[in-house]
Amino acid sequence: MSNIWETYKLPIIGIVVVVIALLASIVVVPEEEQAVVIRAGNPVYKLNAYDPDEPSQAGVYLHIPFYDRVQRIERRILDLEMEPQEVLSNDQQRLLVNAYARFRIVDPVRMVERAGTTDGVRSALEPILNSVLRQELGRRTFQAMLTAERGTALDNVQANLDRQARQYGAQVIDVQIKRTDLPSGAPLDSAFERMRSDRQREARTIRATGDRDARIIRADADAEAARIYADSYSQDPDFYDFYRAMQSYDRTFGTGEDAGESSIILSEDNEYLRQFRGGR
Amino acid sequence: MMRALSARIGLAMAGKSPWGGRKNGNGSGDDGASDGGPDGSSSGPGGPRGPKNPWLPGGGGSDDDDGKRRSANIEDIFRNRGPEGPRRSGGGPGGPNFRMPTGPGGRSWIPLVAVLVVSIALLSTMIHIVQPEERAVVKTLGNYTRTYEPGFNVSLPWPIETVEVENVQGVRSFEIPGESAQQKLILTGDQNLVDVSYLVRWNIKDLANYKFELAEPEVTIQEVAEAAMRASVAEKTLNDTFSGQGRSEIETAVRERMQRVLDGYRSGIQVRGVEIDKADPPSEVNDAFRDVLVAQQNADAARNQARGVAQQVLQNAQGETAAFDRVYEEYRQAPEVTRRRLYYETMERVLRQNDKVVIEADGVTPYLPLPELRRRQSAGTPAPTATATAPRPAASPSPSATGQE
Repeated sequence: MSNIWETYKLPIIGIVVVVIALLASIVVVPEEEQAVVIRAGNPVYKLNAYDPDEPSQAGVYLHIPFYDRVQRIERRILDLEMEPQEVLSNDQQRLLVNAYARFRIVDPVRMVERAGTTDGVRSALEPILNSVLRQELGRRTFQAMLTAERGTALDNVQANLDRQARQYGAQVIDVQIKRTDLPSGAPLDSAFERMRSDRQREARTIRATGDRDARIIRADADAEAARIYADSYSQDPDFYDFYRAMQSYDRTFGTGEDAGESSIILSEDNEYLRQFRGGR
Repeated sequence: MMRALSARIGLAMAGKSPWGGRKNGNGSGDDGASDGGPDGSSSGPGGPRGPKNPWLPGGGGSDDDDGKRRSANIEDIFRNRGPEGPRRSGGGPGGPNFRMPTGPGGRSWIPLVAVLVVSIALLSTMIHIVQPEERAVVKTLGNYTRTYEPGFNVSLPWPIETVEVENVQGVRSFEIPGESAQQKLILTGDQNLVDVSYLVRWNIKDLANYKFELAEPEVTIQEVAEAAMRASVAEKTLNDTFSGQGRSEIETAVRERMQRVLDGYRSGIQVRGVEIDKADPPSEVNDAFRDVLVAQQNADAARNQARGVAQQVLQNAQGETAAFDRVYEEYRQAPEVTRRRLYYETMERVLRQNDKVVIEADGVTPYLPLPELRRRQSAGTPAPTATATAPRPAASPSPSATGQE
């Protein structure tokens, strides 16, 4: 071994140096990333930059070791979330809005120059998203704000934000309103109060409807009963009169739980006593 | 001196015994004996010696080579390990040649072993068995080249090609709000608030897109779900969100909306379903909502009661008229007689139960003994008797409740 080392000392050192140099000058850019080569502080060219029309250029690249610096940048879609903030609608109602945007770095060189990192892009875009959203929603009524995604509001927000984002080499793909809430405190309480009174009204209405229905049902039955009576008794009103009178006497002068004491004074020419007199 | 060092290293390593516990290692006599039929006798004695100091025979071996090579102490170690390699990977000619760490032709075993170890390591990064529910993306030097379908796949070894396996069929799910959050109020179209919790199920439609399009797919899908749910609920009224019909419409709308947005991102995500667990009024106004339910029950109760009364009225009417009809039927057969009979029977009942005074002549001044009657009444001897109601003519109906109606 030592013989080999002594004999081939220079070539071995040479090979090792070459290998190290090669390793140092190779940069592997995976599918998920793009990279900017910064030569002496200047971003000079980009690797695997996102281009929707081209297949990705991920792979192995060479650069000048130690002189070039390679900055890796996310190539996939990134997320920009905004802090919830109150937006005033044009009918003076407050709404707590929380939106998010999705963006992608499409010009990494510009991004490195103007924002440094993707976090730099985020912090640059967030206030813009806030103000654009506030402007756009502020022109709408409260009701329209609730369903803003159906209208053009979000398209406008996206277009505005995209215009600003291009300065940082980013493209805004989508803006969505994640939450629209009533601010806590008075607006939320008054909403609850309104819901409560709404329900109370509903409950009263339901009870009244129930009473009305009950009354109608009973009246219908009474009417039907009257018809049944009339149908039957009108066969012979004269006999009904007699029959009913008999029943009535029974009840009036009869005994029962609640029957009162009664005395009857009969005159001698009473019909009942006709036979009593023995005459006819 | 070198040899002493080599022996020390050997001893240290033997002490560590990195392969002592292995199957077929020298550690156990049993394994040694069952190692192979004819070789058993020769490897048997080697076995028990091995674990104590496996390097000893090697030391002897190195003596042979001493003349040729002085500085190959590391080689010595490997040379003595040499036979272990082939034995571990399924026997080989190592057994009988245990003491002779040179191969045929006097060449060293080292290259062979090195190649074997390296190739095993490489093979393990080259062979990928993809399960039926999985897919795998292959990146060649970072560049996405292909997707593996289920089955047996071979790739280039590790640093050149990397393979990421992911379960794509398995349906994943998450719940919003998560367990930590309390209630999540969503504004409805009629500006009411509803407390909704729901479950989203999804899986991966296109693994390459899933891997390479979104930086944070899981966060993204949650945010998309939330945005879609709020947008869909905002299109509905409060009552819609409580009704089954409205709920299923919201579920469908959320799923479609999510899929549209996710497809816009080319996320490779398929939304399988959105299920609303709960859509309740906020707890602050729960009492009022409950009162509505109570009111509904009250109203139903009132209706039911009315129906009961109505039935009673109708049945009474039918009963009474039926009775009248029967009697009238009889009456028509013999009107005069029936009339008389009814009259007398009724009078009988009535008069029997009451005090009677008959005033006969014109000239008599009628005296009504009212005080007397009062006295009798208060004395507690009531005139009416129970027998009064007993005999009833068959044709005559019970007077029942006629008078009350």
